[in-house]
Amino acid sequence: MASRLAWGLAVVFAASAPFWMSGYHLYQGAQVLIYAIALLGLNLLTGYNGQLSLGHGAFFAIGGYGASILIVKLGLPYYVAIPLASAVCFVAGFLFGFPALRFGGLYLALATFALAVATPQLLAFKRLDFLTGGSEGLHVPKPGPLLGLPLSVDQSVYWLCLAVAIALFAIAANLLRGRVGRALVAIRDHPIAAESMGVDAALYKTICFGISAFYAGVAGGLDAIAVGFVSPESFGLALSLAFLVGIVIGGLASLGGVIFGALFIEFVPNYADQLTVYFGENAKALPGAVYGVMMIAMMAVAPMGIAGLFRSLAQRLRKA
Amino acid sequence: MVELLHQLSSGLALGGVYAITALALVMIFQATQLVNFAQGEMAMFSTYVAWALLQNGWNYWPAFAFTVALSFVGGVVIERAIVRPFAHAPILASVIVFIGLGFIFNALAGFFFGYTVQSFDTPFNGRPWFGAKFMSAHESGAIVVSLIVLALVFAFFRFTPLGLAMRAAAQNPASARLVGVRVGWMLALGWGLAAAIGAIAGMMAAPIVYLDPNMMGGILLYAFAGAVLGGIDNPWGAVLGGFTVGVVENLLGAYVVGTEVKLSVALIIIVGVLVAKPSGLFGRRIVARV
Repeated sequence: MASRLAWGLAVVFAASAPFWMSGYHLYQGAQVLIYAIALLGLNLLTGYNGQLSLGHGAFFAIGGYGASILIVKLGLPYYVAIPLASAVCFVAGFLFGFPALRFGGLYLALATFALAVATPQLLAFKRLDFLTGGSEGLHVPKPGPLLGLPLSVDQSVYWLCLAVAIALFAIAANLLRGRVGRALVAIRDHPIAAESMGVDAALYKTICFGISAFYAGVAGGLDAIAVGFVSPESFGLALSLAFLVGIVIGGLASLGGVIFGALFIEFVPNYADQLTVYFGENAKALPGAVYGVMMIAMMAVAPMGIAGLFRSLAQRLRKA
Repeated sequence: MVELLHQLSSGLALGGVYAITALALVMIFQATQLVNFAQGEMAMFSTYVAWALLQNGWNYWPAFAFTVALSFVGGVVIERAIVRPFAHAPILASVIVFIGLGFIFNALAGFFFGYTVQSFDTPFNGRPWFGAKFMSAHESGAIVVSLIVLALVFAFFRFTPLGLAMRAAAQNPASARLVGVRVGWMLALGWGLAAAIGAIAGMMAAPIVYLDPNMMGGILLYAFAGAVLGGIDNPWGAVLGGFTVGVVENLLGAYVVGTEVKLSVALIIIVGVLVAKPSGLFGRRIVARV
């Protein structure tokens, strides 16, 4: 009940943001929502299903580039382009997960790490220049006003992201509440027991990888139209690792946690940037330092992240 | 022909770096069944330490020795202080901790030494060795250094009581403990050795790939590919895999795919091996009892 109230308040708060925020702040808000969608996908995979992906930036990139290419080269509207690109992500995730999944978490981590490191080079591949714009990247037109309402671009993008985020959160919540969710968690906690109960672990894991990549793809597509630009350098290992940081800090296996995670990975680098005034150019190092220390500290004291801290706080209050 | 030989030898030079990095990874893997994702960043930081010493007027070899010793101590301390508490945590937690470590070393390097790309001295200056036209002195030197490291590591594990104890601790911790091996310390020593080897790898790679905080990203990836190719639980397989990946990567980069997408060669090797022969060329097939 309390959590439903919290979600309701969060949605009302988020939906009202364009009335009292503007310009750059609204853009940041949209970024938070986009990250939240990507983190949600990764959390389905890593938090709920126990599979480690260090390469979700690659699926984010496929979503972003896929949508951009469809919009720029084929002239499709974004509401067609993004779902199509995300479907491609689902297939890509399914296919990529297929070989790697059978061999324990570590091999999957290695394979996805390789994917994350190789992605920028693949995106800048010369022979695909005509599609991807090579190392220059692609400029994507920003979407027009939502539903023909008199809105600014930032407002339209923000509400679009919010609507998509709410829909995807609802889908994830439904998925996790039922049979599929129980199977995913069972595979994470005790694969052998899950298999002997009749759960097809390989199939569920691969599909979970596909869904997770789909979420990342939607986020990537929204990111492309929100930023209005895609380039290879923005989809490197750093992005993939930032996603991992996000779910670890927000809370593994928590839907609410991804919002904290998204806020964290959006605003920590931002504030660190402002510290260059005091520390000079090398303050670029600060977000990384905060990420690293927070990751280790979280694993040591709060393996369930910020969401877990809230949960145990709530339990304590209820007992008192 | 000369061009081909040239590509082969630069492949071998970097392959040596991959090989010893892969060896360091496998050492940790054998003992803990974990892959240290921070290995590259730790090596990069060590290389920066050496660079700072060289900048302050140290001669190469004293700086080299000091860096290796410091990295060894650093590795031991990291294991005792940061990795040890997660010894019984799930794989996921350990990998997250390693990635956190990587972030920290990357940030430390950036903060103290800056993000500007630096050139790094090589001790192997002057004319190419053996009058070979296709191979620079540094490439020859790097290959020789890698081979020396491999020989030393082999001799250490094969001929010294400490090496035997470390192997025992990795293979069968329970029995090793019963016969009086201090398993925890052996693991810490393993981390120290891995960090020291990583430092050497970094110092051999830096003159070729230049020094910056992200220098080891690609190298670590190729070392992963080498380890997976050779079999991640087999040190010799990993070493051979490292050299192979170095040569293959260089030849494919020069003649087939182009240097801009060389990193995907590692991706293809890793995924390819996982699909075709998950235990690698020389690894043991793991059979789990249900």
